[in-house]
Amino acid sequence: MFKLWMWERLFTDFSIFLAGFGMTLVVSLLALVLTLLISLAGGLVRCSHARIAKNLLWLYMSLFQNTPLVVQIFFFYYVLPRMGVVLSPFSVGYLGLALYTGAFGIAVVEASILAIPKQQSEAAMSQGFSYLQTMSHVIIPQAMKIALPSLTNQAVNLIKNSSVLAMIAGGDLMYRTDSWASETAVYGPTFLITGLLYLSICLPLSRLVKTLESKVR
Amino acid sequence: MLELFAPYSVSEVLVFLLKGLGMTLFIATISIILSFLFGSVLGIARYLGKGMGARLAAIYIDSVRNIPLLLFILSFRLLLPSVILGIRIPDKAVFSGIVAMTVFTSAMVAEILRGGLNGIPQGQWEAAASQGFSRYKTLRYIILPQALRKILVPMLGQFVTCLKDTSFLQVVGISELMMNTTIIMGKFKYSYQVIVLYALTALIYYGANIAVLTIAKRIRF
Repeated sequence: MFKLWMWERLFTDFSIFLAGFGMTLVVSLLALVLTLLISLAGGLVRCSHARIAKNLLWLYMSLFQNTPLVVQIFFFYYVLPRMGVVLSPFSVGYLGLALYTGAFGIAVVEASILAIPKQQSEAAMSQGFSYLQTMSHVIIPQAMKIALPSLTNQAVNLIKNSSVLAMIAGGDLMYRTDSWASETAVYGPTFLITGLLYLSICLPLSRLVKTLESKVR
Repeated sequence: MLELFAPYSVSEVLVFLLKGLGMTLFIATISIILSFLFGSVLGIARYLGKGMGARLAAIYIDSVRNIPLLLFILSFRLLLPSVILGIRIPDKAVFSGIVAMTVFTSAMVAEILRGGLNGIPQGQWEAAASQGFSRYKTLRYIILPQALRKILVPMLGQFVTCLKDTSFLQVVGISELMMNTTIIMGKFKYSYQVIVLYALTALIYYGANIAVLTIAKRIRF
């Protein structure tokens, strides 16, 4: 299974894997930025008094947390065009990943904001801070410190989940791996190298989660 | 209404989807049970934290948790032999799917259990030792029962994740819910059929997950 010629072949075509790896990184990074925006905005709304917006967000979170990512990605890729919205696999990738991860991210941010004692915002308001000032200067900086480990953990999940792009021919690392392996019948070394490539980004991030967690405590 | 899913009848489509759900539930249930057994060994080994066993468990958990499930699914499909110990595997796709899900989920279960074990105060070990309990007996009769109680809800959460993750198995052609949806979708002519079908599939997954989560919320110790 692990013969020398397989490795030679693999390293001759290694640029294919690097291109896929680059795609995985770009999609993940774009999705991550979007996820953070969704989580922060959503978390703030969830902690506000806007009842209708809160309920709508609850519906979004419930739906996106409790259906598989594959269903959502396929919906964006196969069903939306039937409604007249055509998206490229790349757009489906980062939008789908952001919407899925954002549904979990909002819950994280919401819980972190609620973990800050109420007296803090009362104290800030009594000093003449407006609601927005209280949030941006007092509550959010502290809440973010609490949220950071879980959000980083979500980032690891997001990078792993970006492999779902392979199912819609998204050109990411998993897609390149699968198509190259079935083309050349070089399985063992290919899967090993791909696993190591994913590890090289996810493992440092997971370590960071542990460090951040110990800091919060 | 009866021609909603032409060329199929509504009941044909429903039966086909529910068969898919059956396969999804079957794979998820077997995988979570096997993962619980294997993951417990890993989690306890890492918790006790001494010697080769703990180090191997740590390497296993840290690598598996940082690699996409899809990679395990694809590689086991191709790398697992079709005959093991002289026994021919009846359905290799399903077998390799369960193995991939178990390998992946065990690492998650191990971390959940380790979290539960770490939550038990260290003083209990000392108290048990002072009463003449051996290390094994302390773990077996005092520490583990408390930890297991603590992890029950996160374990059900992991089962939901498992349920959702079975949808990845479509890539190896297992006829679970997602695969069956895609098969039916290929035969449809009109857009509204596809949209309704998709809503139905999403609803089935949603219902199954909410059912498990509701059970989890009911459980109180």
